[in-house]
Amino acid sequence: MRLTCPLCGPRDRREFYYYGSDDYLNRPAEGDGPQAWDAYLHLRDNPAGITHDLWYHDMGCSSWLRVTRNTVTHEIHAVDAVAAPAKGGAK
Amino acid sequence: MRYSGFKVIKEGLFGNKGWKPAWRDPAPKAEYDAIIIGGGGHGLSTAYYLARNHGLTNIAVLEKGYLGSGNIGRNTTIVRANYFLQGNSEFYSHSMKLWEGLESELNYNVMHSQRGLINLFHSDGQRDAFARRGNMMVNQGDDAILLDREGVREHLPYLDFEQTRFPIYGGLLHPRGGTARHDAVAWGYARGADRRGVDLIQNCEVTGIDIENGRVTGVQTTRGAIRAKKVGMVVAGRSSQVAAMAGMRLPIESHILQAFVTEGLKPVIDHVISFGMGHFYISQSDKGGLVFGGDLDFYASYASRGNLPMVEHVMEAGMTLMPMIGRAKVLRSWGGIMDMSPDGSPIIDKTHIDGLFVDCGWNYGGFKAVPASGWCMAHLMATGESHPVAARFKLNRFETGHILDEEGTGSQHNLH
Repeated sequence: MRLTCPLCGPRDRREFYYYGSDDYLNRPAEGDGPQAWDAYLHLRDNPAGITHDLWYHDMGCSSWLRVTRNTVTHEIHAVDAVAAPAKGGAK
Repeated sequence: MRYSGFKVIKEGLFGNKGWKPAWRDPAPKAEYDAIIIGGGGHGLSTAYYLARNHGLTNIAVLEKGYLGSGNIGRNTTIVRANYFLQGNSEFYSHSMKLWEGLESELNYNVMHSQRGLINLFHSDGQRDAFARRGNMMVNQGDDAILLDREGVREHLPYLDFEQTRFPIYGGLLHPRGGTARHDAVAWGYARGADRRGVDLIQNCEVTGIDIENGRVTGVQTTRGAIRAKKVGMVVAGRSSQVAAMAGMRLPIESHILQAFVTEGLKPVIDHVISFGMGHFYISQSDKGGLVFGGDLDFYASYASRGNLPMVEHVMEAGMTLMPMIGRAKVLRSWGGIMDMSPDGSPIIDKTHIDGLFVDCGWNYGGFKAVPASGWCMAHLMATGESHPVAARFKLNRFETGHILDEEGTGSQHNLH
């Protein structure tokens, strides 16, 4: 599997660290209760199909990336930098 | 169909024409007292113990493929009770006791072989941790022996003791640990459940869960609607999809774990061995193949196949630990779908919907848990209360902070 980093181009999967679902981008607000934090940290849609997850280009440009891919076929559909708000990354 | 030595000889003499199917192939009834979704190891053992321990026989197991076609059909077959945390250790200890009586219980040869499990350690810190783990195992009533380097050498003379990167300091021997024949476990439970009147319904995929006023009333399937007041979801890697039918989001992420089998060799590895520094474990099957595996591929996947970097890593770890296996040819490999929980421990609990139960989150340790998981899930479904040895496997423990993080690696699903 190869991921096309927006800064570095197509790179081997081993350069990247997988963090988990992009649920991690929706951090609960200050004052939100334990249920919100539980959902944020633990509960997952875990889809068999298209998913959005966070990868870190550990051995490359150190970008956090939001990867759109298929969990059944391992097809990669899009790799966007989380730090680029125009592409739907972090708020 | 009961098996005996006499029967084998008789059938052998008369052309093996007298064998009958080991279980019926019933059509689904319109209603059952309880339904178990999933005809894998855990689902079948749940059905068996519902019938055996609680007298519930008007029940069905619904399996979308064929019985035992998931992880019970392909795994590395390790049976052990070497857990550290209270909450886990009593559960796996109970499971080990069930394993030890399983063959006579089921009248089925599950080839349970208590050949001994050795977890190697490679530093002073790791030795301390393993000594502590061994004490917890002994306190639980199980067995553990701390071996020094020479002690390991007596058991496993073929390891590379001289390697400089990960020198072998010793190992924790768990003599009652070992392996079993994975398919036979599914078949034994299936036959046992069938004989007690459980309907095992194959090629029957659940497509919906019916809920009225917060109570489960039945399921929709590819073979029609089936009513039941109690439904258990026991579907391992597919737990999130089935729970979503009930509007639930589970603390589960599905990951791929690869494993490998070599060509058959003469007996060479007598134990189950795990390498403490390289995510590698190995045993030899009764057919002679070396069965080994490593860690997850690390990203969420349902592909049932792995990626090459982990293949390379596992082979490297094996060669580091025991270079003698380098000439063996790998015959096949596969990737199983693991229901990874945020603390590495399972869930056997009620849900917020009356009559709907869940048994999932087995990570990559589900095989050894098959007997106790079924035992405890059956207890929960029959009585509505958690079994004492599974009392901490709560669905809401992540919210309340009562986690069971055996490896201490935090709440990321893929790190356990």
